[in-house]
Amino acid sequence: MLLKLTGGRIFDPAHDQNDVVRDIYIRDGRIVEKPTDGRVDEEIDVRGKVIMAGAIDMHTHIGGGKVNIARTMLPEDHAQAVYERTELLRSGTGHAAPSTLTTGYRYAEMGYTAGFEPAVLPINARQAHMEMHDTPIIDKGGYVMLGSDDFLLRMMAANSDQEAINNYVAWTINHAQAVGLKVVNPGGISAFKFNQRKLDLDEKNDFYGVTPRDILHRLSTAVKEIGVPHPLHVHGCNLGVPGNMQTTLDTIQGAEGLPMHLTHIQFHSYGTEGDFKFSSGAAEIAEAINKHKNITVDVGQILFGQTVTASGDNMRQFAGAPHAHPNKWVCMDIECEAGCGVVPFKYKDQSYVNALQWMIGLETFLMVDDPWRIFLTTDHPNGAPFTSYPHLIKLLMDKSFRNDMLSTLHPEAQKATHLASLDREYSLYEIAIMTRAGAAKLVGLADRGHLGIGAAADITVYTDNSDREKMFEKPDYVFKDGEMVVRQGQVIKITWGTTHVVKPEYDVSIEKPLQEYFDKFHTLKMSNFKISNDEIVDDGRGSLTIQPLHKGGRL
Amino acid sequence: MTENSTATVWHEVASPFCGIASDDLTIQVSGNNIKVLENGDAVTRPGFETPISDLQPRIQGKEVTLDQAVSHIADLLINSKQPLIAGLGTDLNGARSAMALADKSGATIDSFYSPAAFRNILVLQDTGYMTTTLTEVRNRVDLLLVVGTDVESTFPRFFERMIWNKESMFGQDIESREVIYLGKKPSGDASTSPKGKKAQVIGCDNADLPEVVSVLRALLKGKPVQAEAVAGVAVSELQTLADRLMAAKYSVVTWSAGQLDFDHAEATIQNVCELIKEINATTRSNGLPLGGKEGDTTVNAVASWQSGYPMRTTFNRRFPDYDPFLNDGRRILAEGESDVVIWVSSFNTTVTPPKTSATTIVLGRSGMQFETEPEVYIPVGVPGIDHEGRTFRTDSVVSVPLRKLRDSGLPSVFEVLSAVEQAL
Ligand SMILES: [Zn+2]
Repeated sequence: MLLKLTGGRIFDPAHDQNDVVRDIYIRDGRIVEKPTDGRVDEEIDVRGKVIMAGAIDMHTHIGGGKVNIARTMLPEDHAQAVYERTELLRSGTGHAAPSTLTTGYRYAEMGYTAGFEPAVLPINARQAHMEMHDTPIIDKGGYVMLGSDDFLLRMMAANSDQEAINNYVAWTINHAQAVGLKVVNPGGISAFKFNQRKLDLDEKNDFYGVTPRDILHRLSTAVKEIGVPHPLHVHGCNLGVPGNMQTTLDTIQGAEGLPMHLTHIQFHSYGTEGDFKFSSGAAEIAEAINKHKNITVDVGQILFGQTVTASGDNMRQFAGAPHAHPNKWVCMDIECEAGCGVVPFKYKDQSYVNALQWMIGLETFLMVDDPWRIFLTTDHPNGAPFTSYPHLIKLLMDKSFRNDMLSTLHPEAQKATHLASLDREYSLYEIAIMTRAGAAKLVGLADRGHLGIGAAADITVYTDNSDREKMFEKPDYVFKDGEMVVRQGQVIKITWGTTHVVKPEYDVSIEKPLQEYFDKFHTLKMSNFKISNDEIVDDGRGSLTIQPLHKGGRL
Repeated sequence: MTENSTATVWHEVASPFCGIASDDLTIQVSGNNIKVLENGDAVTRPGFETPISDLQPRIQGKEVTLDQAVSHIADLLINSKQPLIAGLGTDLNGARSAMALADKSGATIDSFYSPAAFRNILVLQDTGYMTTTLTEVRNRVDLLLVVGTDVESTFPRFFERMIWNKESMFGQDIESREVIYLGKKPSGDASTSPKGKKAQVIGCDNADLPEVVSVLRALLKGKPVQAEAVAGVAVSELQTLADRLMAAKYSVVTWSAGQLDFDHAEATIQNVCELIKEINATTRSNGLPLGGKEGDTTVNAVASWQSGYPMRTTFNRRFPDYDPFLNDGRRILAEGESDVVIWVSSFNTTVTPPKTSATTIVLGRSGMQFETEPEVYIPVGVPGIDHEGRTFRTDSVVSVPLRKLRDSGLPSVFEVLSAVEQAL
């Protein structure tokens, strides 16, 4: 079966194709060369349509313990967004914390074909994969979380050599079935268990004497040395604290040129100026990002309305709990490894702080020069649900729309931003970089995010529309692995995406101290901790895609 | 795994029969016979060792093939005005298939263990909580407060594994750990330290816990309490407890909602959870709800991610519709609001369907005995014995893989319910 998409306007930044009219041929789920005999089985006329690879959300909380706590905790969230069963689709619910089936359908309907869960606790990875397994159509994967786990902190306190830490990181990525490594409030989640309430970049964990800076250095070095393509994914210290921009600038400096991805940078870009002692640090942060080519960021844009914040950072979530709306929240310490905090929250446009957060996110988007190093996220659902992406794209592409919105916000906040004077409007090509080519490159997906020969045929077809929100919320067609899964914004076929992983090599000698550690201190055996490949395949509809390591990966 | 001519021995086997899901069991299998060789206890031994008796499905007591049973169930569902899927002792994939079938057939879904589970879930949905997990307890607890629960009767290895372990990661002197019971006193000596230090008991009837816990919370907040005693407990004793909770570095407050069997126990659990939050203003403290055996945690987790809601959800309007009171399975059966019930109980032969006027279909563990023969009975395999599976622990964070230990030929709940769904 050979399918031809005829005459579309191709936006394929991985191949420098910016609005190039060409045909695409698809066979067996892949993009292929034009057949030599010219024979096609089916042709779809897409002349004049905008064609991009399927979009990739490189940071979205779609699976795992804290997301499921959010779901269970918030029946009122679901009652607002109820989806009936159809002949094809399972029923579901949820606005900020949608059910897994609904999550897959909504992503596909917006032209997204992959989403990556950024906070997979090793001990909870099994659950994260179960939930992602029940998320239809899109591909998925997870970044496994270390940095407050006692095994690493014990190694660091004992001054273990980098090689041993590399082994441990690679072992964890393998057996949690992950595609990258995340660190959340480095060492801070552990510190909270020792009753520390904050942890600055150079502040020591009371028990281990280890600082966040040390942890970042060790883990980012490990990721590079074992050849994992996705740079260390960093949720930094002091999330949400006024003045944390200095911590962020120090973190960028402290990376010492090693690749590092700073996630939801908006929440880490706050100054302390003005009457409210809360100001935008976006300009300084953007300048630092522009200067340090080893740094990538995603924004974590907030948008107004009800949502829920779900994070591994229980130290900061506990501090934020008094702001819970509605007034209920959960914090957990987890298995000498991590933690989590779930706090529902409503962003209000007439709140000075929330309005400024909105502005800081947009300022960051507009002041970071290189779209290959900044990514479009709301840190779903922390800043807003992922379903608001089309609206966010319009804010980026349409200055007058943006400034109209701006003029309705808290008046004091408007005075505290230069946003209105920022003229930049993102182009379709830049959107394609941020949400496709750049994201695939960042996550390390060799065969996704582009439209070259051999790529997986994850393709989204839009009708060009100057109202970018309308355009991006309802593509004409979405193809997943060559199959049409969405037509006119409606799911027409259910497929089950693959799980992307990397398999860095490690020396099996690491299992000796690990075995001892599990036996002595844990309540689970090491053998039962490991997630087998079969568990990902599961009932048969799951699959594992092993992405290539960077050259230079070694052990 | 090591083998000899007669029997197979499995190591590091996880138990789905207890919510702490100990995974250090050694199990010997010969044919269909199973023996727990090491680390068994009063809960896991019968769990693993209950023999297989029947292998064949029955309709109205007559043996039929699995296919016949499945198509009969499908017919019953097609003609049902309001089906109920209940019991639900099953594993991950059993829960998935039950949710898919509920969605397709417009059924209501609720678990046998919901009356206990919902005492906690209602608190989560109203005010939330701070909790911890078993490995944290094992390494960090310095003061364990047990509220209204005889832990060892339902979690026989809790103290051995979580409190009186040999060594803590943080160099704690294990013997210095304190155990205090508030409410009922322990039935045995599991809570006694290795050197013989007995747990302190601040005794009262469980029915008096609402009052006693309220006073404890008031004292923790520094509010003046006029009375000298509450429900027979000296306020001074509660003041000492409050002081110790505030002085502890990592206290853990545990309860088993299944044993807090009095009216509006959820309000008392909520008070416990709120006082834990309040202690955290200055030091660390966490709750540890104990429960979750036989798929209890698993079915609530799967229901939440697939529908947005835990148990007690109905699909009769084609979308998930949650009501923790109206969709109480026991209430539905007692009121005669359901005409067909599918009762799933793959772990426990004693968890049988209640007396009901509804046409009853049972997917039960082999060996189940009935007062009234159900319309359909399918003996199913036990997850972790007859087929592979996964189950969640009480903390709802850790899930363990369950292994296939023998080849009995019994179908899984997943296989049966998926076949029914296909046949609809
Ligand atoms: Zn996040």
